[in-house]
Amino acid sequence: MMGLVSYLVFFTTIASILAIAVLGLNLQWGNTGLFNGGVVAFFGAGAYGTLLLGGTPQADHIGGFDLFYPLALIGGAAAAGVLAWVVGRLTLHLRHDYLAIATFGVAVTFENVMRNAQGLSGGAKGLRGFTRPLEAWVNDGFSYNVLFLTVVVALLICTYWFLERLICSPYGRQLRAIREDEIAARSLGKNPGAIRLTAFITGSCILGLAGGLYATFYAFVSPQDVLPTLTFQLWAMLIVGGAGNNRGAIFGTFLIWGAWTASGWSLARFAPVEVQLYTGTMQFILIGLVIVGMLMWRPQGLLPERLVVSQSGTKKLN
Amino acid sequence: MIQSLTDGILVGAIVSLGAIGLTMVMHMLRFANFSHAELLSIGAYSALVFDALFSGILPSLANNIGPLSMTWALILSMLCAMAVTGLSAVLINEFVFKRIREKGSELSMVFASFGVAMIIRNVLGLIFGLKSQLYSNDIVFAVLVSSEPQLLIKPDQVFVLLAALLIMLVLHFVLSRTTFGYTLRAVAENPSLAEVTGIRLSRVIAIVWIISGLLAAAAGVFYGLNNHINPVIGRDLVLPIFAATIVGGIGSVFGAVLGGFIVGIAANMALLVLPSGYSPAVPFLIILVLLLVRPHGLFGEAET
Repeated sequence: MMGLVSYLVFFTTIASILAIAVLGLNLQWGNTGLFNGGVVAFFGAGAYGTLLLGGTPQADHIGGFDLFYPLALIGGAAAAGVLAWVVGRLTLHLRHDYLAIATFGVAVTFENVMRNAQGLSGGAKGLRGFTRPLEAWVNDGFSYNVLFLTVVVALLICTYWFLERLICSPYGRQLRAIREDEIAARSLGKNPGAIRLTAFITGSCILGLAGGLYATFYAFVSPQDVLPTLTFQLWAMLIVGGAGNNRGAIFGTFLIWGAWTASGWSLARFAPVEVQLYTGTMQFILIGLVIVGMLMWRPQGLLPERLVVSQSGTKKLN
Repeated sequence: MIQSLTDGILVGAIVSLGAIGLTMVMHMLRFANFSHAELLSIGAYSALVFDALFSGILPSLANNIGPLSMTWALILSMLCAMAVTGLSAVLINEFVFKRIREKGSELSMVFASFGVAMIIRNVLGLIFGLKSQLYSNDIVFAVLVSSEPQLLIKPDQVFVLLAALLIMLVLHFVLSRTTFGYTLRAVAENPSLAEVTGIRLSRVIAIVWIISGLLAAAAGVFYGLNNHINPVIGRDLVLPIFAATIVGGIGSVFGAVLGGFIVGIAANMALLVLPSGYSPAVPFLIILVLLLVRPHGLFGEAET
C-alpha cells in the first residue's frame, strides 16, 4: 500500500513538472501558433542552468555557485529565456518552417554541446554535486517527496493561473489575433514580430522552469535527459489534450504520461525477454501513431480550445 | 586538408540527392518535411533486402564489379529500392499528409512529419534490428592517390560521386527540357492558375513525391555503401539535408545540389578545427550563419 502511495507521489510529481512544460509549449504553439521543434533545448537550458547555479563547486567543470535555491531556479528559467531570445531574433521574422528547422537544430546542438563540453556540463556523465533544497531538514525520503510534490503542484497552479490571466488579457487577444491573421493585426497597429518574440521567450522560460524542477527532483541531469524524444512526448501531450486550452494541456500530460509509463511497464512485465530490448522502439511507434492519428482524426484535441468572442463584438453582431 | 575536402565532396553528393527531393516537396507543398530523411533509410534497407534476394537467386550477380565493393545485384537492388521508396513516399502522402492538409494548417503537417519519421524509424528498427549492417563484408582498401599531401580514395567513393552526378544531370534535363518540368514550375508558382490550364494537381504532387523518393533511395544506398546501414540514418541526416536545402534556398534544385556540397565540405572541414564529437552540430551552425547573412538562401526567392 505504502509502495503504491509513494509511486503515485512520484508519478504525480513527474507528470506535474511535465504539465508545466506543456503549458509553456501551449503558450507558444496553442495561443501564438509558433512551432517549437526544440522544446527539449529550453527544458534542458533550465535544467542545466538550475544545477550549475545551485550546485556545489566541482573540480572538473564550471558552476557550483551554491546559490539560494529559488534564485538558481529563476536563473535556470532565465537561461532558457536567453536561448529563446537568440533563436527568436534570428528566426521569428522568417517563414514558419524556418523556425521549426532552426529550433530542431538548436535541440540537436544543445544535446551535442552538453555531451561534449566537459568543462561546462560535465559531459556525457552528467552534472552531479547538487543537494536538493531543504533535504537535510526533512529526514525521511517519503515526506521529502510529498513536500516536493506540494511545491511542484503549487507552481503548476501558479503557472496555470498566470497563463489563464495572460490569455484573457489584451496581450492574449493580440496573440490570437496574430495567430489567426497577421496582416489584419498589423493593420491595427500591432507589432507581430515583437509580440511573437515575447510569447516565445515567456513560453521558453516556463519550459526552463519545468526543466529546473525536473533536474532538482533527480538532483542530476545528463545528455540522456535532453534527447529529442522528450520533445515528441511533450507535443503528443499538447496535441492529445488540445492545443490552445490550458486545461487540455494538463489533462493531456497526465493522460499521455500515464499511457507511456503503463505501456513501458506492461511491455517489461508481459513481453517475452527477446522483445524487451525493443520496448523503447515500440513506445516510440505508439507515440508517433498517437501524434499522427490525433492530427488526422481529431486535430483540435480532446479538450478543444474554447473560442472567445469579445462581448462588445457579439452585441454589434446582434 | 585535401583529404577532408575530398571526403566532404562525397558526403556532399549524398546530402545533395536528399536535399533535391526535400526542396521540391517543401516548395510545392510548403511544409518542412522532417520525415524526408527516413526515405533514405527506407531506400537503404529495401536495397539490403533485394540484394540478399538477387544474390540468392543468381549467385553470379553477387560478384564485385572491378575494384568496387558494388555488385550487379546491388545495382539492380538499388533500382528496385528506388521504386519501393518512390511508392512509399506517394503512399505516405496519400494516407497522411494529404488528409492532414485537407483538415489543418501547414504546421500540422510539420508536426505530423515528425510523427511519421518516428514511426518509420522505429518500425525499421523493429524489423531489421537496431544493429548496423553492411551491404558487403568485403574490405575494400582505399587507393593512395597521392602521399604528399596524403589523399586516400576508395573506388566506391568515385563510383558514388559519378552516379550521383549522373542522376542530377538526368533530373536537370527532365526539369528543364520536358513539358513535365514546365508543369512542375507552373504548379509551384501558382497552383490554382496551373489547375486552370488543365494540369492535374494531385498527379503532379504524386510525381514530385516519387522523384523525391527515387533520389532519397539512391542517397540512402550510397550512404550505406560508404558507411553502414542502421535505423538512425534518418536521424543523423535530417539536419544536414535541411541545412543544404536552406543554404540553397527552398525551391531551388540547383541550390540544393550546391547546398549539399557546401554542407558536406563544411562538415568535414570543421572536423579539422573542432573535436569530432561536435560534428552533428555543424549543419546547425551553417543554418545559423546563413540565416544571419542571407535568410532566403543562395538561390531562394524572398517570399512571405
